[in-house]
Amino acid sequence: MTDIPVDPNEVRLTINGHEVVSTKGEMVIAAAARAGDYIPHFCYHPRMEPVGMCRMCMVDIDGGRGPMLQPACMVPVAPGMKVDTESPGAKRAQEGIIELLLANHPLDCPVCDKGGECPLQDQTFSHGPGESRYVEEKRHYEKPIAISDLVFLDRERCILCDRCTRFADEVAGDALIHFNSRGNDTHITTFPDEPFSSYFSGNTVQICPVGALTATPYRFKARPWDLAQQESTCTTCSVGCRTVVQSSRDELLRYMGVDSDPVNHGWLCDRGRFNFESVKSPDRVLQPLIHDGTEFVPATWSAAITEVAVQLRAARAAGGVNSIAVLGGARGTNEDAYLWSRLAHEVIGTPNVYPQMGDGLPADVLLLDRATIDQAATASTIVLLAPDLKEELPVLYLRLRAAAEKRRSRIIEFTPKHTGLSRYAWRTIGYEPGTQQSVVEKALADPEIAAQIAKGDVVVVAGRANLAETTVATVAALRSVLAAAPGSRVLPAFRRGNVVGALQVGMRPGEGGLDTRSVLQAAADGKIECLVLLGADPLADFPDTDLARRALAGARRIIAIDTFLTQSTQLASVVLAASAYAEKSGTTTNLEGRVTTVAQQVSPAGNTRPDWMIAAELAMELGSDLGYDTIDNVTDDIAWHVPGYEGITAAAIAAATDGIVAGAPTGIAPLAPIANPIGERNSYDFRLVVSRTMYDEAVGTATSPSLAHLATPSMVHLHPLDLGRVGTTEGAAVKVIGSRATVVLHVVADDSVLRGTVWVPFRHSGANVGDLIDCTAAVNDVRIENI
Amino acid sequence: MSRYTWAPGYCDDGDRPQIVTSRFKYDDGYSLERYLATGGYAGLKAALGRTPTEVHDEVKAATILGRGGAGFPAGTKWGLTPQGVFPRYLVVNGDESEPGTYKDRLLMERDPHQLIEGCLIASYAAGLSQCFLYIRGEMALAQERVATALNEAYAAGYIGKNILGTNFSIDIVLHWGAGAYVVGEETALIESLEGNRGMPRLKPPYFPAAIGLYGQPTIVNNVETLSNLPWLLVNGAAAYTAIGTETSPGTRMIAVSGHVKRPGVYEIINGTTTFREVIYGEQFCGGIRDDNELKAFIPGGGSAPWFLPEQLDLPFEAKMVGPAGSMLGSGAIMVMDHTTDIPAMALTLVRFYAHESCGKCVPCREGGTWLMRIMERVVAGRGTQRDLDQLLEIGQTITPGQYPHAASERLGIAAAPFPFKMTTICFVGPSAYNAVDSALTLFPDEFQAKLMKRTSIPVTAVGAGS
Repeated sequence: MTDIPVDPNEVRLTINGHEVVSTKGEMVIAAAARAGDYIPHFCYHPRMEPVGMCRMCMVDIDGGRGPMLQPACMVPVAPGMKVDTESPGAKRAQEGIIELLLANHPLDCPVCDKGGECPLQDQTFSHGPGESRYVEEKRHYEKPIAISDLVFLDRERCILCDRCTRFADEVAGDALIHFNSRGNDTHITTFPDEPFSSYFSGNTVQICPVGALTATPYRFKARPWDLAQQESTCTTCSVGCRTVVQSSRDELLRYMGVDSDPVNHGWLCDRGRFNFESVKSPDRVLQPLIHDGTEFVPATWSAAITEVAVQLRAARAAGGVNSIAVLGGARGTNEDAYLWSRLAHEVIGTPNVYPQMGDGLPADVLLLDRATIDQAATASTIVLLAPDLKEELPVLYLRLRAAAEKRRSRIIEFTPKHTGLSRYAWRTIGYEPGTQQSVVEKALADPEIAAQIAKGDVVVVAGRANLAETTVATVAALRSVLAAAPGSRVLPAFRRGNVVGALQVGMRPGEGGLDTRSVLQAAADGKIECLVLLGADPLADFPDTDLARRALAGARRIIAIDTFLTQSTQLASVVLAASAYAEKSGTTTNLEGRVTTVAQQVSPAGNTRPDWMIAAELAMELGSDLGYDTIDNVTDDIAWHVPGYEGITAAAIAAATDGIVAGAPTGIAPLAPIANPIGERNSYDFRLVVSRTMYDEAVGTATSPSLAHLATPSMVHLHPLDLGRVGTTEGAAVKVIGSRATVVLHVVADDSVLRGTVWVPFRHSGANVGDLIDCTAAVNDVRIENI
Repeated sequence: MSRYTWAPGYCDDGDRPQIVTSRFKYDDGYSLERYLATGGYAGLKAALGRTPTEVHDEVKAATILGRGGAGFPAGTKWGLTPQGVFPRYLVVNGDESEPGTYKDRLLMERDPHQLIEGCLIASYAAGLSQCFLYIRGEMALAQERVATALNEAYAAGYIGKNILGTNFSIDIVLHWGAGAYVVGEETALIESLEGNRGMPRLKPPYFPAAIGLYGQPTIVNNVETLSNLPWLLVNGAAAYTAIGTETSPGTRMIAVSGHVKRPGVYEIINGTTTFREVIYGEQFCGGIRDDNELKAFIPGGGSAPWFLPEQLDLPFEAKMVGPAGSMLGSGAIMVMDHTTDIPAMALTLVRFYAHESCGKCVPCREGGTWLMRIMERVVAGRGTQRDLDQLLEIGQTITPGQYPHAASERLGIAAAPFPFKMTTICFVGPSAYNAVDSALTLFPDEFQAKLMKRTSIPVTAVGAGS
């Protein structure tokens, strides 16, 4: 060997006669896959630790002592290694394993959901012996058994590859399924009375190499060869997981995770995976509706657009452009948001445009040095000033959990309630809402934490941990962290699908414009002539329900663009029927600023139209031609005009595998914070903490039958030691008395809640906690009384 | 016959060195009182009087071979642990479950203090932080006696803080297994000890010395190996190596079962004693029952390929047994006389391994059961030649290539030496095939005799015109 490798981690080996350049630590199976030499396997998964169970990847490896049959998933590459994946010995071993695997595997491929995309089926054809000599009776089990509300297990089909169990344990951290019994009787099982209720259970179905795990929404719905598919991006939350959207006969049938290295590693949360049912819901608004004073009457698009234009003109005439407001836009694509912002700012002329629903942070957080998900997941220190990521941004939770589990990062968590990540955090520091700045500053003075921060490479994940307080204290705490750790980056944990994209492309207040809270306040004061709800549902989503209610009652005219008749859109005078996800194409921006494609896979339901098209039509009706005829025109126009999106044209995105990270926006004016004083908590009171959970009454979940029943009723959670203070017991109903209203909720003893606080999940069925929240108060305190 | 109901056939007469079984002659050999009266804890005192390195060197000089089956020198194994990484653990493998092996059980039942002393010496020499004693779940008496002995030793100050007034401190934790053969494999034992499912770990790392229990350096030693240490420290390495041969010094315990007159556990001189002496010697088993003819014997536990009478003169020396096509393994000899139904014997062993497969790798999990099913059919007289071919085919999937077997003059076959290749993680898979291979290779006629006799089925040609 004359040439000395330049990179000390570089390893050169020979696979099937050609030289392959690999890196230290890579397994032979991965190096071979990169070099185009496929080694058959079942248990090996590139995103999980090798386990060497299936023995399918046995190949001849010569590490200097002659060729030996070794499992390629367990042997790391070594310099000068010679690998033969197709030697007679390797072929014999692979055929032998296939024969053994098929010994007990039922040959029910014609009725198996996996048939046609089944690794066992495929590799039986490509690497199997071609016939079975097994004449004995196969193993029998009761089948299928439900291991959770979503997932069924067929233990006869199972080949015990350890993929689902490893995923549950290693990746999701919910080790709720495991092997039971041994030898030939080994089978996967849940623990008694504990279902596999993981937020990530759908991934096990996707990675199962046989049809042993199936999920309710897809069982017996289609055959893989009948599916058409396109790569897309999930917009359920702002993580922006890459997906494949699959349909058959113009009907959405399945989403699958795509392994995008910088984002989701192939994983999806169950909410994002299964909420495609919502798109097919019979409750969709399928055509424009005009309210005739007593009820909604279906209208043609031209009539509806004309009516909207009439109302907008009337509003402008009555109260000027400042009396018109557009709320929402975070549910759609960048193109939808861009055209609506142009319509609002340029055509209508109103500065009152905002996509957040009072559940994020001020938009100027986006001006801070922003981290990517990869940077967060490899940072030395991750500081969390965020909501429960497991509940709100589930796949970001997986990435950060892995960072802590693999000992790459230390997590310092500041939270008003223990979260899914608390188990993995290096330090979890609880705070009572309103006190976070002093708590953070005190923590940063701790020598150990200070030393950790001083190592540099800090990423702060910042979001809204509590909907029952203003953003002031959180923003102040964020500033304190940034002051203590100069040069650290911020990952904004804004939860709404495309909220970052909407804010960046222009859905933000213009000169003197109002944000959502101010718009609702103005509407409640009777100063809003026309309120446009662009996929926004303030009654359900805005934390302060009372203000939302007064606002919708006070607004003279309400125009709604939505996919469903929500609580708020029912109050509209005109409802424009919008196309849903997978019914329109475009681009979306995730929380790190990554711009990726959203694909249209099915025809828009009924007579619906994408938001951007509605905006263009409306502009035309109002006398301005925005000048677009295809979606790519809009994408290219964003690339041309929006700061940070330079060069992100339709062609550039199509060419980029993992999307393109947009630059920082410019010209986001800091909003004036509401500087109400934070009062001391009366010792009889509890400080209210309200946050979201994965399964709530959100439209996408509530209209997906498989997910809807997973939402639990609203409960008030108290620390077990606080139960005695109130004199109540778990399960009892209590009065939760706020400054404005009293609601009755059942009590749950929950030691993830801090003493002196109560936690109520937002937007769950039953009594509405939003009634208790005053969004102008720095914090909200409640009293708990027995009935 | 046996003097002790608890030690079937143990025989201490004859002029043989007794390194580990010296207290077996006492009914109360397990008590601290008897132990101290017979020179107990003298080895520990001798060890504590020297530096750990000196003790380690003494053990290295004695080249005590591991008695668990692999025969790896204990002193060398201790030296494989990385320097300066703490804590580091000693795990005592008391999960003796190889078919035919019951020597460790006796050591734990009859002389638990000797084992404890051995643990203390090893921990001192190798600089270990804590010791875990893993005893097989089924061995109730051994658990009870070891537990009692531990309590006695703690009370007497032999275990715990500042042992015998020195600054050497260690704790011994007793753990009872839940009964699984594969947990005798050291990495599976570590998994089980950690509270996980007893499944072997991936290799590499091949030894837990670097990454073992709780991810820390760990030495796993067999009960018998450690029980040798007290004698060694009292008498010195020179006295130890004077017994046996250069490559196999000292004594070793063997457990004989099957068709011999006096089955039981014997301490024999390593390296020189032959199988013939053990099976036929008057001071050992005293010959085959009813003076029958020897048909075959298994020299090293259920996982070892079988030997024929032609191999009787081989000594207990790994370097000679390996090329002859088998292994010494855990020192269990199973003797079959000429009345033995060879296929049925093989089925018994296959059934054990199929039942004990942990279920991790496919060849063992599926192959073992398939072997068992075919063997059941063959033994029941419903097998065909295809079944016999299939047995060999499954064997090729589990252990590709030539599987070791003994030479047979009768069949005109030469020995196939150790080792064998395997597609499984641990040795349970090949072990399941082992008995089938030996039986089929050495006694093909017996299988042929059991095959289904096809009688010709009368065929009446319907409509053929008559």
